[in-house]
Amino acid sequence: MAYEITLLTAMGIAVIFALSLNLITGFCGQISLGHAAFYGIGAYCAAMITKSGLPFPLALAAGFLLAGMIGVVVGLASLRVRHDFLAITTMGVGFLFLGIVRQQDFLGGEMGLSGIPSSGLSKPAFMALVLIIAAAVTAFSLYLKRSWMGYVFDSVADDEDTARMLGIDVARYKLAAFAMGTALAGLAGGLYAHNIRFIDPDSFGFVESITVLAMVVVGGIGSVWGVILAAAVLSVLPLWLQFISDYKLLLYGALLFTVMRFSPNGMAGMVAALKGRSKSTAPGGKA
Amino acid sequence: MLAFELLLQGLVQGSIYALIAVGLTLVYGLLRILHVAHAGLFTLGGYIGVIVTNATGSLLLALLVAMPAMGLLGIGIYRTCYQPLLSRPPYVALIASIGLFIMMEELFRLIFGPYGLSFTAPPLQDTVAVFGVNLKEAELATMIGAVVLIGGLALLTLRTRIGTASRATVTDPKMAEAFGVNIGRIRDINFFVGSALAAAAGVMVALLNNLVEPTMGSVPSYKALAIIVLGGLGDLRGTLIAALALGVIEAYGTIYLGNLLDRDAIAFAFLIAVLMLRPQGLFGRA
Repeated sequence: MAYEITLLTAMGIAVIFALSLNLITGFCGQISLGHAAFYGIGAYCAAMITKSGLPFPLALAAGFLLAGMIGVVVGLASLRVRHDFLAITTMGVGFLFLGIVRQQDFLGGEMGLSGIPSSGLSKPAFMALVLIIAAAVTAFSLYLKRSWMGYVFDSVADDEDTARMLGIDVARYKLAAFAMGTALAGLAGGLYAHNIRFIDPDSFGFVESITVLAMVVVGGIGSVWGVILAAAVLSVLPLWLQFISDYKLLLYGALLFTVMRFSPNGMAGMVAALKGRSKSTAPGGKA
Repeated sequence: MLAFELLLQGLVQGSIYALIAVGLTLVYGLLRILHVAHAGLFTLGGYIGVIVTNATGSLLLALLVAMPAMGLLGIGIYRTCYQPLLSRPPYVALIASIGLFIMMEELFRLIFGPYGLSFTAPPLQDTVAVFGVNLKEAELATMIGAVVLIGGLALLTLRTRIGTASRATVTDPKMAEAFGVNIGRIRDINFFVGSALAAAAGVMVALLNNLVEPTMGSVPSYKALAIIVLGGLGDLRGTLIAALALGVIEAYGTIYLGNLLDRDAIAFAFLIAVLMLRPQGLFGRA
Protein backbone atom coordinates (compact mmCIF):
# COMPACT_ATOMS: atom_id res chain seq x y z
CA MET A 1 0.00 0.00 0.00
CA ALA A 2 2.86 2.39 0.81
CA TYR A 3 4.08 2.13 -2.78
CA GLU A 4 0.65 3.02 -4.19
CA ILE A 5 0.48 6.02 -1.86
CA THR A 6 3.86 7.25 -3.06
CA LEU A 7 2.80 6.78 -6.68
CA LEU A 8 -0.54 8.53 -6.28
CA THR A 9 1.02 11.45 -4.40
CA ALA A 10 3.64 11.95 -7.11
CA MET A 11 0.94 11.65 -9.76
CA GLY A 12 -1.32 14.18 -8.05
CA ILE A 13 1.46 16.75 -7.76
CA ALA A 14 2.35 16.21 -11.43
CA VAL A 15 -1.30 16.73 -12.42
CA ILE A 16 -1.47 20.06 -10.55
CA PHE A 17 1.83 21.16 -12.09
CA ALA A 18 0.81 20.13 -15.62
CA LEU A 19 -2.63 21.75 -15.37
CA SER A 20 -0.96 24.96 -14.20
CA LEU A 21 1.10 25.13 -17.39
CA ASN A 22 -1.98 24.14 -19.39
CA LEU A 23 -3.64 27.40 -18.28
CA ILE A 24 -0.80 29.43 -19.79
CA THR A 25 0.24 27.36 -22.80
CA GLY A 26 -2.88 25.33 -23.47
CA PHE A 27 -5.65 27.82 -22.80
CA CYS A 28 -3.94 31.13 -23.52
CA GLY A 29 -1.42 29.94 -26.13
CA GLN A 30 1.66 31.44 -24.45
CA ILE A 31 4.55 28.96 -24.65
CA SER A 32 6.80 28.64 -21.61
CA LEU A 33 10.09 26.76 -21.47
CA GLY A 34 10.80 27.86 -17.92
CA HIS A 35 7.75 26.76 -15.97
CA ALA A 36 9.80 24.67 -13.53
CA ALA A 37 11.18 27.92 -12.12
CA PHE A 38 7.77 28.70 -10.59
CA TYR A 39 7.50 25.16 -9.25
CA GLY A 40 10.91 25.85 -7.70
CA ILE A 41 9.94 29.27 -6.34
CA GLY A 42 6.94 27.70 -4.61
CA ALA A 43 9.05 24.84 -3.29
CA TYR A 44 11.84 27.03 -1.91
CA CYS A 45 9.44 29.59 -0.46
CA ALA A 46 7.29 26.97 1.28
CA ALA A 47 10.34 25.08 2.55
CA MET A 48 11.92 28.21 4.02
CA ILE A 49 8.69 29.04 5.82
CA THR A 50 8.18 25.67 7.48
CA LYS A 51 11.90 25.57 8.28
CA SER A 52 11.48 28.79 10.22
CA GLY A 53 8.81 27.09 12.31
CA LEU A 54 5.65 28.49 10.74
CA PRO A 55 2.73 26.18 9.91
CA PHE A 56 2.46 24.14 6.70
CA PRO A 57 -0.79 25.69 5.32
CA LEU A 58 0.79 29.13 5.58
CA ALA A 59 3.83 27.83 3.68
CA LEU A 60 1.66 26.48 0.85
CA ALA A 61 -0.19 29.80 0.62
CA ALA A 62 3.05 31.77 0.58
CA GLY A 63 4.54 29.59 -2.18
CA PHE A 64 1.33 30.07 -4.18
CA LEU A 65 1.39 33.86 -3.78
CA LEU A 66 5.12 34.42 -4.35
CA ALA A 67 5.18 32.26 -7.50
CA GLY A 68 2.09 34.07 -8.79
CA MET A 69 3.58 37.50 -8.15
CA ILE A 70 6.84 36.67 -9.92
CA GLY A 71 4.73 35.02 -12.61
CA VAL A 72 2.97 38.32 -13.30
CA VAL A 73 6.37 39.99 -13.77
CA VAL A 74 7.37 37.28 -16.26
CA GLY A 75 3.93 37.62 -17.82
CA LEU A 76 4.82 41.24 -18.55
CA ALA A 77 7.52 39.82 -20.83
CA SER A 78 4.83 38.05 -22.86
CA LEU A 79 3.42 41.48 -23.66
CA ARG A 80 6.75 42.45 -25.23
CA VAL A 81 7.75 39.27 -27.06
CA ARG A 82 5.84 36.50 -28.76
CA HIS A 83 6.14 32.94 -30.03
CA ASP A 84 9.75 31.80 -30.41
CA PHE A 85 11.04 34.92 -28.67
CA LEU A 86 8.77 34.19 -25.71
CA ALA A 87 9.93 30.56 -25.67
CA ILE A 88 13.55 31.67 -25.36
CA THR A 89 12.76 34.41 -22.84
CA THR A 90 10.96 31.98 -20.53
CA MET A 91 13.81 29.50 -20.97
CA GLY A 92 16.12 32.32 -19.87
CA VAL A 93 13.95 32.92 -16.79
CA GLY A 94 14.40 29.26 -15.90
CA PHE A 95 18.21 29.47 -16.14
CA LEU A 96 18.21 32.77 -14.26
CA PHE A 97 16.26 31.19 -11.40
CA LEU A 98 18.76 28.30 -11.23
CA GLY A 99 21.71 30.68 -11.36
CA ILE A 100 20.35 32.79 -8.52
CA VAL A 101 19.45 29.84 -6.28
CA ARG A 102 22.84 28.20 -6.82
CA GLN A 103 24.65 31.29 -5.52
CA GLN A 104 22.51 31.81 -2.39
CA ASP A 105 23.93 30.16 0.70
CA PHE A 106 20.76 30.66 2.73
CA LEU A 107 18.89 28.59 0.11
CA GLY A 108 21.45 25.82 0.37
CA GLY A 109 23.18 26.76 -2.88
CA GLU A 110 24.28 23.88 -5.09
CA MET A 111 23.76 21.36 -2.27
CA GLY A 112 20.05 22.06 -1.89
CA LEU A 113 17.83 22.35 1.17
CA SER A 114 17.52 19.29 3.36
CA GLY A 115 15.69 18.72 6.61
CA ILE A 116 12.45 20.32 5.43
CA PRO A 117 9.96 19.74 8.28
CA SER A 118 7.12 17.30 7.81
CA SER A 119 3.74 18.69 6.83
CA GLY A 120 2.38 17.16 10.02
CA LEU A 121 0.13 14.90 7.97
CA SER A 122 0.44 11.13 7.71
CA LYS A 123 1.38 9.78 4.27
CA PRO A 124 -2.20 8.77 3.35
CA ALA A 125 -3.54 12.10 4.62
CA PHE A 126 -0.92 13.99 2.59
CA MET A 127 -1.92 11.96 -0.46
CA ALA A 128 -5.56 12.81 0.16
CA LEU A 129 -4.67 16.51 0.41
CA VAL A 130 -2.75 16.34 -2.89
CA LEU A 131 -5.57 14.51 -4.65
CA ILE A 132 -8.20 16.94 -3.33
CA ILE A 133 -6.17 19.90 -4.58
CA ALA A 134 -5.64 18.14 -7.92
CA ALA A 135 -9.39 17.55 -8.21
CA ALA A 136 -10.05 21.19 -7.33
CA VAL A 137 -7.59 22.39 -9.98
CA THR A 138 -9.22 20.04 -12.49
CA ALA A 139 -12.67 21.40 -11.67
CA PHE A 140 -11.33 24.95 -11.90
CA SER A 141 -9.76 24.20 -15.32
CA LEU A 142 -12.96 22.67 -16.65
CA TYR A 143 -14.98 25.61 -15.35
CA LEU A 144 -12.53 28.15 -16.74
CA LYS A 145 -12.60 26.52 -20.18
CA ARG A 146 -16.34 27.06 -20.47
CA SER A 147 -16.32 30.51 -18.90
CA TRP A 148 -16.17 33.88 -20.61
CA MET A 149 -12.51 34.09 -19.70
CA GLY A 150 -11.85 30.69 -21.28
CA TYR A 151 -13.31 31.85 -24.57
CA VAL A 152 -11.21 35.01 -24.43
CA PHE A 153 -8.10 32.86 -23.81
CA ASP A 154 -9.07 30.81 -26.84
CA SER A 155 -9.26 33.87 -29.02
CA VAL A 156 -5.92 35.18 -27.75
CA ALA A 157 -4.33 31.78 -28.44
CA ASP A 158 -5.82 31.60 -31.93
CA ASP A 159 -5.01 35.09 -33.11
CA GLU A 160 -3.88 37.80 -30.76
CA ASP A 161 -4.26 40.64 -33.22
CA THR A 162 -7.81 39.73 -34.13
CA ALA A 163 -8.66 39.41 -30.45
CA ARG A 164 -7.30 42.90 -29.86
CA MET A 165 -9.26 44.21 -32.79
CA LEU A 166 -12.44 42.80 -31.26
CA GLY A 167 -11.83 45.03 -28.25
CA ILE A 168 -10.31 42.40 -25.96
CA ASP A 169 -7.75 43.72 -23.48
CA VAL A 170 -5.18 41.10 -24.50
CA ALA A 171 -2.56 42.25 -21.98
CA ARG A 172 -4.92 41.83 -19.05
CA TYR A 173 -5.91 38.30 -20.01
CA LYS A 174 -2.34 37.20 -20.69
CA LEU A 175 -1.30 38.48 -17.27
CA ALA A 176 -4.28 36.70 -15.72
CA ALA A 177 -3.21 33.43 -17.36
CA PHE A 178 0.37 33.84 -16.16
CA ALA A 179 -0.77 34.79 -12.63
CA MET A 180 -3.05 31.76 -12.27
CA GLY A 181 -0.70 29.30 -13.96
CA THR A 182 2.42 30.29 -12.07
CA ALA A 183 0.64 30.52 -8.72
CA LEU A 184 -0.68 26.97 -9.15
CA ALA A 185 2.81 25.82 -10.13
CA GLY A 186 4.04 27.40 -6.88
CA LEU A 187 1.38 25.47 -4.97
CA ALA A 188 2.51 22.23 -6.61
CA GLY A 189 6.09 23.14 -5.68
CA GLY A 190 5.16 23.63 -2.01
CA LEU A 191 3.52 20.21 -2.00
CA TYR A 192 6.56 18.66 -3.70
CA ALA A 193 8.96 20.16 -1.16
CA HIS A 194 6.98 18.71 1.76
CA ASN A 195 6.50 15.37 0.05
CA ILE A 196 10.18 14.72 -0.73
CA ARG A 197 11.46 16.99 2.10
CA PHE A 198 14.64 17.70 0.17
CA ILE A 199 15.02 20.12 -2.74
CA ASP A 200 17.99 21.22 -4.82
CA PRO A 201 18.34 23.46 -7.89
CA ASP A 202 18.50 20.48 -10.25
CA SER A 203 14.96 19.46 -9.31
CA PHE A 204 13.71 22.61 -11.06
CA GLY A 205 15.96 22.79 -14.11
CA PHE A 206 15.37 22.84 -17.83
CA VAL A 207 14.62 19.12 -17.97
CA GLU A 208 11.71 19.62 -15.57
CA SER A 209 10.40 22.53 -17.62
CA ILE A 210 10.49 20.31 -20.69
CA THR A 211 8.93 17.40 -18.81
CA VAL A 212 5.93 19.47 -17.79
CA LEU A 213 5.62 20.94 -21.27
CA ALA A 214 5.72 17.36 -22.57
CA MET A 215 2.80 16.46 -20.32
CA VAL A 216 0.76 19.32 -21.76
CA VAL A 217 1.73 18.57 -25.33
CA VAL A 218 1.54 14.78 -25.17
CA GLY A 219 -1.86 15.07 -23.51
CA GLY A 220 -3.11 17.40 -26.21
CA ILE A 221 -2.52 21.07 -25.72
CA GLY A 222 -5.52 22.76 -24.07
CA SER A 223 -7.33 19.51 -23.31
CA VAL A 224 -7.89 19.11 -19.55
CA TRP A 225 -8.46 15.34 -19.52
CA GLY A 226 -5.68 14.65 -22.00
CA VAL A 227 -3.21 16.65 -19.89
CA ILE A 228 -4.28 14.86 -16.70
CA LEU A 229 -3.81 11.48 -18.36
CA ALA A 230 -0.42 12.46 -19.76
CA ALA A 231 0.72 13.89 -16.42
CA ALA A 232 -0.34 10.70 -14.64
CA VAL A 233 1.41 8.43 -17.15
CA LEU A 234 4.57 10.49 -17.59
CA SER A 235 5.03 10.99 -13.83
CA VAL A 236 4.84 7.29 -12.97
CA LEU A 237 6.59 6.04 -16.10
CA PRO A 238 10.06 6.84 -14.67
CA LEU A 239 9.13 4.98 -11.46
CA TRP A 240 7.82 1.96 -13.35
CA LEU A 241 10.83 2.00 -15.62
CA GLN A 242 13.30 1.79 -12.71
CA PHE A 243 14.34 -1.68 -13.84
CA ILE A 244 15.60 -0.20 -17.08
CA SER A 245 16.64 3.07 -15.47
CA ASP A 246 19.68 3.28 -17.72
CA TYR A 247 17.40 3.72 -20.73
CA LYS A 248 14.80 5.87 -18.98
CA LEU A 249 15.72 9.23 -20.49
CA LEU A 250 16.27 7.63 -23.88
CA LEU A 251 12.70 6.32 -23.86
CA TYR A 252 11.45 9.66 -22.63
CA GLY A 253 13.12 11.53 -25.47
CA ALA A 254 11.86 8.95 -27.94
CA LEU A 255 8.33 9.36 -26.62
CA LEU A 256 8.42 13.15 -26.97
CA PHE A 257 9.81 12.87 -30.45
CA THR A 258 7.43 10.15 -31.61
CA VAL A 259 4.29 11.85 -30.33
CA MET A 260 5.24 15.15 -31.95
CA ARG A 261 6.30 13.50 -35.19
CA PHE A 262 3.29 11.27 -35.65
CA SER A 263 0.47 12.74 -33.56
CA PRO A 264 1.15 16.42 -32.82
CA ASN A 265 -2.28 16.90 -31.25
CA GLY A 266 -1.35 14.49 -28.50
CA MET A 267 -3.53 11.88 -26.92
CA ALA A 268 -6.60 14.10 -27.06
CA GLY A 269 -5.97 14.40 -30.81
CA MET A 270 -5.67 10.62 -31.16
CA VAL A 271 -8.96 10.08 -29.34
CA ALA A 272 -10.63 12.69 -31.49
CA ALA A 273 -9.25 11.07 -34.64
CA LEU A 274 -10.62 7.72 -33.50
CA LYS A 275 -14.00 9.32 -33.01
CA GLY A 276 -13.67 10.64 -36.53
CA ARG A 277 -13.90 14.32 -35.72
CA SER A 278 -11.60 16.78 -37.42
CA LYS A 279 -9.42 18.80 -35.09
CA SER A 280 -7.85 22.18 -35.10
CA THR A 281 -4.06 22.08 -35.00
CA ALA A 282 -3.65 25.57 -33.59
CA PRO A 283 -2.19 26.03 -30.12
CA GLY A 284 -5.06 26.07 -27.72
CA GLY A 285 -7.02 23.94 -30.16
CA LYS A 286 -10.34 23.02 -28.65
CA ALA A 287 -10.54 19.47 -27.42
CA MET B 1 46.44 43.20 -18.78
CA LEU B 2 43.71 41.16 -17.13
CA ALA B 3 41.12 43.08 -19.13
CA PHE B 4 42.89 42.18 -22.38
CA GLU B 5 43.30 38.57 -21.36
CA LEU B 6 39.60 38.35 -20.55
CA LEU B 7 38.80 39.89 -23.93
CA LEU B 8 40.81 37.19 -25.70
CA GLN B 9 39.25 34.41 -23.59
CA GLY B 10 35.84 35.85 -24.38
CA LEU B 11 36.60 35.91 -28.10
CA VAL B 12 37.71 32.26 -28.04
CA GLN B 13 34.46 31.27 -26.34
CA GLY B 14 32.55 33.59 -28.65
CA SER B 15 34.09 31.89 -31.72
CA ILE B 16 32.74 28.56 -30.53
CA TYR B 17 29.31 30.06 -29.89
CA ALA B 18 29.41 31.66 -33.33
CA LEU B 19 30.17 28.38 -35.12
CA ILE B 20 27.27 26.65 -33.38
CA ALA B 21 24.82 29.53 -33.63
CA VAL B 22 25.43 30.16 -37.33
CA GLY B 23 23.99 26.74 -38.18
CA LEU B 24 20.98 27.35 -35.97
CA THR B 25 20.30 30.70 -37.53
CA LEU B 26 20.57 29.27 -41.06
CA VAL B 27 17.92 26.71 -40.14
CA TYR B 28 15.75 29.28 -38.40
CA GLY B 29 15.93 31.70 -41.30
CA LEU B 30 14.77 29.04 -43.74
CA LEU B 31 12.29 27.02 -41.74
CA ARG B 32 11.37 29.04 -38.62
CA ILE B 33 12.35 26.04 -36.49
CA LEU B 34 14.37 26.24 -33.28
CA HIS B 35 16.68 23.30 -34.00
CA VAL B 36 17.74 22.21 -30.50
CA ALA B 37 19.11 18.88 -31.75
CA HIS B 38 21.79 20.88 -33.60
CA ALA B 39 23.91 20.65 -30.43
CA GLY B 40 23.73 16.86 -30.70
CA LEU B 41 25.68 17.13 -33.96
CA PHE B 42 28.16 19.41 -32.20
CA THR B 43 28.72 16.73 -29.54
CA LEU B 44 28.97 13.88 -32.03
CA GLY B 45 31.39 15.97 -34.08
CA GLY B 46 33.58 16.27 -30.98
CA TYR B 47 33.48 12.51 -30.43
CA ILE B 48 34.41 11.78 -34.04
CA GLY B 49 37.22 14.33 -33.74
CA VAL B 50 38.73 12.61 -30.71
CA ILE B 51 38.25 9.08 -32.02
CA VAL B 52 39.70 9.74 -35.48
CA THR B 53 42.62 11.76 -34.07
CA ASN B 54 43.44 8.99 -31.62
CA ALA B 55 43.26 6.37 -34.37
CA THR B 56 45.23 8.21 -37.05
CA GLY B 57 47.15 10.90 -35.18
CA SER B 58 45.91 13.58 -37.57
CA LEU B 59 43.66 16.36 -36.31
CA LEU B 60 43.13 17.66 -39.83
CA LEU B 61 41.88 14.27 -41.00
CA ALA B 62 39.54 14.19 -37.99
CA LEU B 63 38.03 17.53 -39.05
CA LEU B 64 37.72 16.31 -42.63
CA VAL B 65 35.80 13.25 -41.43
CA ALA B 66 33.66 14.92 -38.76
CA MET B 67 32.45 17.88 -40.81
CA PRO B 68 30.96 16.10 -43.86
CA ALA B 69 29.68 13.22 -41.72
CA MET B 70 27.72 15.61 -39.49
CA GLY B 71 26.65 17.58 -42.55
CA LEU B 72 25.03 14.47 -44.00
CA LEU B 73 23.48 13.57 -40.66
CA GLY B 74 22.06 17.11 -40.53
CA ILE B 75 20.36 16.56 -43.89
CA GLY B 76 19.05 13.25 -42.56
CA ILE B 77 17.56 14.96 -39.51
CA TYR B 78 15.91 17.58 -41.70
CA ARG B 79 14.38 15.01 -44.06
CA THR B 80 13.11 12.59 -41.42
CA CYS B 81 12.23 14.91 -38.53
CA TYR B 82 11.47 18.42 -39.66
CA GLN B 83 10.22 18.18 -43.22
CA PRO B 84 7.01 16.37 -42.25
CA LEU B 85 6.30 18.94 -39.51
CA LEU B 86 6.67 22.14 -41.51
CA SER B 87 2.93 22.75 -41.78
CA ARG B 88 2.43 22.32 -38.02
CA PRO B 89 2.57 25.08 -35.41
CA PRO B 90 6.21 25.87 -34.50
CA TYR B 91 6.11 24.38 -31.00
CA VAL B 92 5.58 20.92 -32.53
CA ALA B 93 8.97 20.93 -34.27
CA LEU B 94 10.58 22.56 -31.21
CA ILE B 95 9.43 19.81 -28.85
CA ALA B 96 10.23 17.07 -31.37
CA SER B 97 13.70 18.59 -31.60
CA ILE B 98 14.12 18.61 -27.81
CA GLY B 99 13.04 14.95 -27.72
CA LEU B 100 15.56 14.13 -30.43
CA PHE B 101 18.32 15.96 -28.56
CA ILE B 102 17.60 14.06 -25.32
CA MET B 103 17.72 10.80 -27.28
CA MET B 104 21.04 11.73 -28.88
CA GLU B 105 22.64 12.63 -25.54
CA GLU B 106 21.48 9.35 -24.04
CA LEU B 107 22.76 7.37 -27.01
CA PHE B 108 26.18 9.04 -26.70
CA ARG B 109 26.25 8.11 -23.01
CA LEU B 110 25.26 4.50 -23.71
CA ILE B 111 27.63 4.08 -26.66
CA PHE B 112 30.71 6.06 -25.58
CA GLY B 113 30.29 5.74 -21.80
CA PRO B 114 29.34 8.35 -19.19
CA TYR B 115 32.83 9.66 -18.42
CA GLY B 116 33.77 11.01 -21.81
CA LEU B 117 36.83 10.57 -23.99
CA SER B 118 40.16 12.40 -24.18
CA PHE B 119 42.96 12.66 -26.73
CA THR B 120 45.76 10.15 -26.09
CA ALA B 121 48.25 12.75 -27.34
CA PRO B 122 46.43 16.09 -27.24
CA PRO B 123 47.55 18.25 -30.19
CA LEU B 124 48.20 22.02 -30.06
CA GLN B 125 48.73 22.31 -26.31
CA ASP B 126 51.82 24.60 -26.34
CA THR B 127 51.37 28.21 -25.36
CA VAL B 128 52.16 31.14 -27.58
CA ALA B 129 52.37 34.80 -26.61
CA VAL B 130 49.89 37.07 -28.39
CA PHE B 131 50.49 40.77 -27.63
CA GLY B 132 51.99 39.72 -24.32
CA VAL B 133 49.16 37.38 -23.34
CA ASN B 134 49.80 33.64 -23.20
CA LEU B 135 47.33 31.67 -25.26
CA LYS B 136 47.20 27.95 -25.92
CA GLU B 137 47.77 27.04 -29.54
CA ALA B 138 44.39 25.36 -29.46
CA GLU B 139 42.75 28.66 -28.49
CA LEU B 140 44.50 30.48 -31.29
CA ALA B 141 43.54 27.71 -33.73
CA THR B 142 39.91 28.00 -32.60
CA MET B 143 39.80 31.71 -33.38
CA ILE B 144 41.55 31.32 -36.72
CA GLY B 145 39.40 28.32 -37.62
CA ALA B 146 36.22 30.23 -36.82
CA VAL B 147 37.31 33.21 -38.90
CA VAL B 148 38.19 30.98 -41.87
CA LEU B 149 35.01 28.91 -41.72
CA ILE B 150 32.65 31.82 -41.18
CA GLY B 151 34.51 33.90 -43.76
CA GLY B 152 34.05 31.02 -46.19
CA LEU B 153 30.35 30.90 -45.36
CA ALA B 154 30.06 34.64 -45.95
CA LEU B 155 31.71 34.25 -49.38
CA LEU B 156 29.37 31.35 -50.15
CA THR B 157 26.25 33.34 -49.23
CA LEU B 158 27.26 36.64 -50.81
CA ARG B 159 29.21 35.62 -53.91
CA THR B 160 27.76 32.41 -55.31
CA ARG B 161 24.55 31.45 -57.09
CA ILE B 162 23.69 29.02 -54.31
CA GLY B 163 24.13 31.78 -51.76
CA THR B 164 21.89 34.13 -53.70
CA ALA B 165 19.25 31.41 -54.07
CA SER B 166 19.51 30.71 -50.35
CA ARG B 167 19.03 34.34 -49.41
CA ALA B 168 16.11 34.61 -51.80
CA THR B 169 14.52 31.57 -50.17
CA VAL B 170 14.85 33.12 -46.72
CA THR B 171 13.26 36.36 -47.88
CA ASP B 172 10.37 34.82 -49.78
CA PRO B 173 10.25 31.05 -50.32
CA LYS B 174 7.27 31.10 -52.70
CA MET B 175 8.74 33.80 -54.90
CA ALA B 176 12.13 32.05 -54.94
CA GLU B 177 10.46 28.84 -56.01
CA ALA B 178 8.59 30.66 -58.75
CA PHE B 179 11.95 31.90 -60.04
CA GLY B 180 13.18 28.33 -60.32
CA VAL B 181 15.05 27.88 -57.04
CA ASN B 182 15.00 24.27 -55.89
CA ILE B 183 13.88 24.92 -52.31
CA GLY B 184 14.44 21.35 -51.13
CA ARG B 185 18.05 21.49 -52.28
CA ILE B 186 18.61 24.86 -50.63
CA ARG B 187 17.35 23.44 -47.34
CA ASP B 188 19.61 20.39 -47.69
CA ILE B 189 22.62 22.61 -48.35
CA ASN B 190 21.86 24.84 -45.37
CA PHE B 191 21.50 21.88 -43.04
CA PHE B 192 24.72 20.40 -44.42
CA VAL B 193 26.73 23.60 -43.98
CA GLY B 194 25.28 24.45 -40.55
CA SER B 195 25.82 20.93 -39.21
CA ALA B 196 29.36 20.78 -40.58
CA LEU B 197 30.19 24.03 -38.76
CA ALA B 198 28.73 22.62 -35.53
CA ALA B 199 30.95 19.56 -35.97
CA ALA B 200 33.99 21.82 -36.38
CA ALA B 201 33.01 23.60 -33.17
CA GLY B 202 32.72 20.22 -31.45
CA VAL B 203 36.25 19.25 -32.49
CA MET B 204 37.57 22.61 -31.29
CA VAL B 205 35.87 22.32 -27.89
CA ALA B 206 37.28 18.79 -27.59
CA LEU B 207 40.70 20.30 -28.25
CA LEU B 208 40.27 23.18 -25.78
CA ASN B 209 39.09 20.98 -22.92
CA ASN B 210 40.84 17.77 -24.01
CA LEU B 211 37.54 16.11 -23.20
CA VAL B 212 34.30 15.16 -24.90
CA GLU B 213 31.35 14.06 -22.79
CA PRO B 214 27.75 13.10 -23.58
CA THR B 215 26.24 16.30 -22.14
CA MET B 216 28.76 18.77 -23.55
CA GLY B 217 26.10 20.01 -25.99
CA SER B 218 23.47 20.98 -23.40
CA VAL B 219 24.66 24.39 -22.33
CA PRO B 220 25.91 25.51 -25.78
CA SER B 221 22.61 24.36 -27.22
CA TYR B 222 20.48 26.64 -25.03
CA LYS B 223 22.99 29.43 -25.22
CA ALA B 224 23.07 29.25 -29.00
CA LEU B 225 19.30 29.67 -28.95
CA ALA B 226 19.75 32.78 -26.84
CA ILE B 227 22.38 34.04 -29.29
CA ILE B 228 20.26 33.67 -32.40
CA VAL B 229 17.40 35.46 -30.61
CA LEU B 230 19.77 38.29 -29.62
CA GLY B 231 21.01 38.43 -33.20
CA GLY B 232 17.47 38.91 -34.44
CA LEU B 233 16.56 35.32 -35.47
CA GLY B 234 17.76 34.35 -38.91
CA ASP B 235 20.15 37.28 -39.29
CA LEU B 236 23.69 35.95 -39.94
CA ARG B 237 25.61 39.13 -39.16
CA GLY B 238 23.58 39.79 -36.01
CA THR B 239 24.20 36.22 -34.86
CA LEU B 240 27.95 36.61 -35.28
CA ILE B 241 28.10 39.85 -33.32
CA ALA B 242 25.82 38.47 -30.60
CA ALA B 243 27.97 35.33 -30.27
CA LEU B 244 31.21 37.25 -29.83
CA ALA B 245 29.55 39.80 -27.54
CA LEU B 246 28.13 37.07 -25.33
CA GLY B 247 31.50 35.33 -25.10
CA VAL B 248 33.14 38.56 -23.96
CA ILE B 249 30.32 39.56 -21.58
CA GLU B 250 30.50 36.13 -19.95
CA ALA B 251 34.27 36.38 -19.57
CA TYR B 252 34.01 39.76 -17.78
CA GLY B 253 30.77 38.86 -15.98
CA THR B 254 32.20 35.72 -14.41
CA ILE B 255 35.00 37.78 -12.89
CA TYR B 256 32.97 40.78 -11.76
CA LEU B 257 29.51 39.27 -11.08
CA GLY B 258 30.57 35.73 -10.25
CA ASN B 259 29.38 35.91 -6.65
CA LEU B 260 25.93 36.99 -7.70
CA LEU B 261 25.15 34.85 -10.73
CA ASP B 262 26.83 31.93 -12.43
CA ARG B 263 28.07 32.09 -16.02
CA ASP B 264 24.89 30.78 -17.66
CA ALA B 265 22.63 33.02 -15.61
CA ILE B 266 24.69 36.07 -16.67
CA ALA B 267 24.15 35.13 -20.31
CA PHE B 268 20.42 34.77 -19.87
CA ALA B 269 20.06 37.88 -17.72
CA PHE B 270 21.69 39.78 -20.58
CA LEU B 271 19.32 38.11 -23.04
CA ILE B 272 16.20 39.02 -21.05
CA ALA B 273 17.37 42.59 -20.52
CA VAL B 274 17.99 43.05 -24.25
CA LEU B 275 14.68 41.49 -25.28
CA MET B 276 12.70 43.69 -22.93
CA LEU B 277 14.32 46.79 -24.45
CA ARG B 278 14.42 45.52 -28.04
CA PRO B 279 11.88 42.70 -28.53
CA GLN B 280 13.15 42.05 -32.06
CA GLY B 281 16.69 41.30 -30.83
CA LEU B 282 19.78 43.48 -30.96
CA PHE B 283 20.02 43.53 -34.74
CA GLY B 284 16.58 42.35 -35.85
CA ARG B 285 14.31 44.62 -37.78
CA ALA B 286 11.06 45.56 -36.08
